[in-house]
Order: sequence, then structure tokens, then C-alpha cells
Amino acid sequence: MNHLPLIIKREYLNKVRNRSFIVMTFLSPMIMIALIAVVAYLSQINNDKQRTISILDETGVVGEIFENADHTTYTLINDAGLETAKELVRAKGDFGLLYIMKSPDTLNLVESINFYSDDSPSVSIISGLERRIEKRLSDLKLQNEGVDIEQIRASKTKVAIAQETFSGEKTSKIDSYLKLAFGGAAGYLLFMFIIIYGNMIMRSVIEEKTSRIIEVIISSVKPIQLMMGKIIGTSLAGVTQFVIWIILGGVLLFVVSAIFGIDLMQIQSPQQDMINQAMAESDAQNIAQDLITGFVNLPILNLCIAFLFFFLGGYLLYSSLYAAIGAAVDNETDTQQFMMPIIMPLVLAVYVGVFTVIEDPHGTISTVFSFIPLTSPVVMLMRIPFGVPIWQQLLSFALLVCTFIFTVWFAAKIYRVGILMYGKKPTYKELWKWLKY
Amino acid sequence: MNNLLVANSVSKNFGNFKALNNISIEVPKGSIFGLLGPNGAGKTTLIRIINQITMPDSGEIILDGSPLKPHNIKDIGYLPEERGLYKSMKVGEQALYLAQLKGLSKQEAKERLTYWFDKLDIGDWWNKKIQELSKGQAQKIQFVVTVLHRPKLLIFDEPFSGFDPINASLIKDEILQLRDEGATVIFSTHRMESVEEMCDHIALIHKSNKVLDGKLTDIKRQFKTNTFEVGFQSSNPEEFTQLIKEKFDVFPATFKNLNDDIKMNIKLPQEISSNDLLNFLTSRAEIHHFVEVIPSANDIFIQTVKNN
Repeated sequence: MNHLPLIIKREYLNKVRNRSFIVMTFLSPMIMIALIAVVAYLSQINNDKQRTISILDETGVVGEIFENADHTTYTLINDAGLETAKELVRAKGDFGLLYIMKSPDTLNLVESINFYSDDSPSVSIISGLERRIEKRLSDLKLQNEGVDIEQIRASKTKVAIAQETFSGEKTSKIDSYLKLAFGGAAGYLLFMFIIIYGNMIMRSVIEEKTSRIIEVIISSVKPIQLMMGKIIGTSLAGVTQFVIWIILGGVLLFVVSAIFGIDLMQIQSPQQDMINQAMAESDAQNIAQDLITGFVNLPILNLCIAFLFFFLGGYLLYSSLYAAIGAAVDNETDTQQFMMPIIMPLVLAVYVGVFTVIEDPHGTISTVFSFIPLTSPVVMLMRIPFGVPIWQQLLSFALLVCTFIFTVWFAAKIYRVGILMYGKKPTYKELWKWLKY
Repeated sequence: MNNLLVANSVSKNFGNFKALNNISIEVPKGSIFGLLGPNGAGKTTLIRIINQITMPDSGEIILDGSPLKPHNIKDIGYLPEERGLYKSMKVGEQALYLAQLKGLSKQEAKERLTYWFDKLDIGDWWNKKIQELSKGQAQKIQFVVTVLHRPKLLIFDEPFSGFDPINASLIKDEILQLRDEGATVIFSTHRMESVEEMCDHIALIHKSNKVLDGKLTDIKRQFKTNTFEVGFQSSNPEEFTQLIKEKFDVFPATFKNLNDDIKMNIKLPQEISSNDLLNFLTSRAEIHHFVEVIPSANDIFIQTVKNN
């Protein structure tokens, strides 16, 4: 008799109707969006702050280059000593005073510039000031040598290397970032999914043990059916939650940014910096085009199919291990010793993905880790956007399937014995013995 | 075929531990079969093998004439000793789920549940969660779920634990009624008075071996020691008692009796019948009480376990 659909249905409904599950489903995106909104709002306030910097320039050659910018006003102080200028600046409540001391050699000011302020200024302010002064001084030096600055400016050239594979596909740097984003997102999604819903499966197994219903159930169904039903039911609940999160998150993000008029894209993140840099380097006109070709160039079909299979394989592999752990112990506190061997390869996979795949998607380390079954789902998903030969994907997937079958067999053994064991915390040695029962 | 269930030399090892050693039992159709034994003797392992939860290393189980197969799950109702229900699930939903796992259709399950809930007067629990019920109440649900699919074979492991005396006797009556309707019952318990009351047949497992097996009355006959409990009055009690002690083995006896009798247990050697004893006594004393001492299930249990 096949009870699998019945078990899946119960597990699914039980999870979905659970109060804390519902609360989490609807609250998390709200909390996330609220956090993003707060951060965006705060950084906006920060940016909007007007500050005035006074400049006391005794050399008379530097001060004039400072033009008022969006949030910073520069005022020149003339004919005053340093002490008077300081008094003046403090009385006005200015942000700070830039003091350029007169020196015999006008162009060698390296050690005669000071900045005075109440609060220590941020790195960006100081480096901004330094950059301007450096540029002015080197211009002046060049002029002194009799070089025409205009000529130098005119001689500046810009190079954009057009990338193309031997098979004729055009690529660009934007392309690489796009691939990185897709691969990273896929790998990370799998990682999160395994951790969240693997744990949920484990808890649900433990619950059946502690409520002592397990023996009643397995006098009606085979343990492996119960285990698979649990894994599938919980995963479906997980997918439901994920979909709701994405939809709700998207809607909320849209609503919040519309209401508050906050440009959420203003939030700077390291990745965005990279993209901005890439964009700055290529011609503005080409960016849109690059993005589109980049997107088209992504092995979309391959990516989708591989995502489906590696996600499924990886998730089932890990979740069966989680189920086995749940069966082996009596309560959640005892799970720690068995969690390590599961978490380690997962974390390793994400690290390998983040550090080596970005550097060199087809290097030895990335390639090897995309074959080892415990890390392959995450690493391979990150590699695929960069174009992985089909034979590699198939081999890796075949290895994954073999391991998956083995772990499910292994987990089912542990599960079958473990669910009827009460009262003692098992050791690895005992788990090994269970395999032979 | 008068046996519903036959176990043929079933053995099971867990690693180096021998849980069952060559156990054979025969459970007659329509009987209540007591599966007895001290803690850790192997009863639960045998029950789990019958339920196909564990597979035997060797030996086979025959149910109703043919070897046990996965589809036989629906023919067996099992109430394990370690039992429970999903705490956060509603009573009705849960009972439906468990009944469907036993192969009932949803409609069938619903009808039978309504019947049982009415019978046990628990209809208004349908929408309650298990965690809102008391332990005894949850046990009632558990009992209903066990018998709902009308299995040929019912296995109860300590069915009365957690019940108050009223509910325990209610459940006992239900079990007897199910037996009368044709079900065969395997009954595992440490409460010897319920064995005495309910079981027709028993098997005693001790240290993974079957040490005793058969009809309860046969076993009792086998265990009786030809001892008689007597109470009498005599004109010369001391002399008479002395005389009896010379002729037979005598043990002190305690029983309630209206007269101020001399009470004793007299064990007869094989060649002397109860009539001989009675004749010997009636000629010298006035007999008020003469009963053969029948060993209780409790005595048999303790004696057998100690001797092994």
C-alpha cells in the first residue's frame, strides 16, 4: 500500500498550519524590508547632512580649487592667523578647518597641511581633500616644467577590451558580474534552504519520537516511506514559504520605496561597488547593451535544469542526513555532536564558492569541489553560469545521485533503528552497529 | 486451521545480543493470548516482528495460514507500550489519518469513528487537540484508533496503563466484546490479575527463550502440587494435628472462615488421592473447608522465572 501521498499531505498541512510557521512566513519579509528601509533612511539622512569646511590657505595656490559640492560648502578665510581662524570656525559651528601652512617651497607641501575638527573626520572626507590637493599640486608642478596641461588631458585614452570566446560568444565584465550574481544566488539559496528546512525535518522526527507516536505509525507504514514523506512534505512547505517570502518581499519593497520615496538602490554594498566600477569603465551607452547580451549569454537553459537537479539532489542528500540525526537522538540538545559533520562541508562549499570560484571558476580547487558530492551542489551551481562542460555536469550529478542513494539508504537504516531507541545518547560507534541490525 | 497466528522458530539478534532464541508460539483463533515475561525478555521484539516493524533473522510468522506479507498490516491492530499521538493535531483529523494509513477510506473511517466516539461518549472531542486532553482521554482515542479497521489480530501491550479503574474495566469489556465478535487478541502485560481474568492461552518468555506455553488451565494443572487447603474442628486438636503432620507434608494456611478452625495446607504424595485425605479427615474431625490449591498466574510466573 502506498501511503506516501497521505504522509506528505499530513506533513505539509501540519507545517503550514503551524502558528509559528505562519508568523515566520509573514513576519520575516516585513522585518527584512523594515530593516532595509531603516538602513536606507539613515544613510540618506547621513548623506543629506550639510557641512561647511573652512580653508585657511597661506600659500594662496591651493584654496581656490575647492568648489562647493552637494553636501559640502567650502569657505575661504583670508588674512587671519591659525588661532583666530580656529576660533572663528568653532564660533560658526563649521565642520572643520583645513590649514595649509606657508612653506618656502610652494609645491612641496607634503608635511604642512593640517585638518582641525571637533569630531574626527571620516576617511572619505580626508582622502577627498587629499586627492584634490594632490591633483592641484601635480598640475602646478607640470606647469612649472612648462608642460601644457590641456595637452595631457587631451592625450588621455580609454580602452575597453571586447571579449569574445573562440566560439564567437561576446562577453564583457558586466557579464562576469552577472554570472557571479546568478551562481552565488543559486548556491547560497541552496545553502539556506538546506539549513532551514533540514533542521525542520530533524525537529519533526524528534517530535514523533518524543510524542511516542512513532511505533503506532510504523506499524502501518514502512519507516523509509515515513522518512521520505517527511522530507518531501517539509520541503513543499519550505518552497511555499520561500515563494511567499519572495512575493511578499517584492511587494513590500515596492510599497515601502513608493511611500517613503527612498531610493533603496542607494544602499551601497561591496558587490555594487564592483558593478559601479565596471559600469564606470565602460561607456554608458554600452552598459545596457552589455547587460542584455550578458543576460542572453548566460546559459539560461543549462542553469535552470542544473539548478533544479543539483538543488534537488543536494537538498535530498542533506535532508536525509538530518532525518537520520533526528532519529538517532531523543531531544534537540543531543543533536550537536552529529550536526558538525553536516554543517562543515556545507560551510566549506560556500567558502570555496565565494573565494575560489570568483577568482577562477575553472581552476583545480573549484573543479575538484564541484565533484565532491557533499560540496558539489553548491559549488557546481556557482560554477555553471561561467559555462561548465556538460560531461563535467553529468559526472558530478551522477556522483551526487550515487551518494544520495547511499545516504538515503544509510539514513533509512539509522532511522529505522533509531526511532525505536529511547533513553540513551548514541555514539558514532553505536550508529555503526545499527547499520548491521 | 485453528491457529490465527503461528510463529515458527523465530530468532533475532541485535549485534551480539540475542533478543529472541528460536521462539515458536501458536495463537488459536478467537482466543486471548497472554504474552508474558519479565522486563527485557524479548516480548516487544516478538511483537514488533509480528507487526513487521523488525524483520526476524530466521524463522517465519504465519498469519491465517499464509506467511506474513506487507499487505497484512491492515489485518493487525497494534497498541504499543510506548504510545502517543501527535500533540498539536486535532483528535478527529488525527484519527482519520491513522485509520487511512491502515487502509480505510476516508468515508469509512469517518463512519466508524462516529460510531466509536458515540459508544465511548467522546464525540465532543473531535475538534480538540491531543494536548488539551488528559492522559486517560488520549489513551481512549488511541484504543479506538487501534481497533477501528477491524483487524483479525489485535495486539495490546499494557493496554490498561494510564486508565482509572472505571475506564480500565470499560476497555476490558470492549476487548472481550471484540474477541466475541471474532477477533484474536495478543495481550502483553505485567498485571497478572488481568491475565487471570482474560487470557485463555499464555506463553512465557524469559531471557529470549520461551519457557512456558499452553492453555492457562493446562498450565495450572501442570503446576498444581496436589496440595489441599483444609479447615476443621476437632475435639483434640493438638493430637490430631500431630497425627496429620506425621502422615503428610503440612504448611501453614491463611484464609477467611466463620468458624474458629484449624487451618492448614496439606500436600499429598502422588499415590494418595483427595478422597483418601478426605476420608482420613472426616473420620476424625468436622470439616468446614476443603479446597484444592490452584496456582495463580502470578505464582506460575514467579516460579518459572526463578527456576530458569
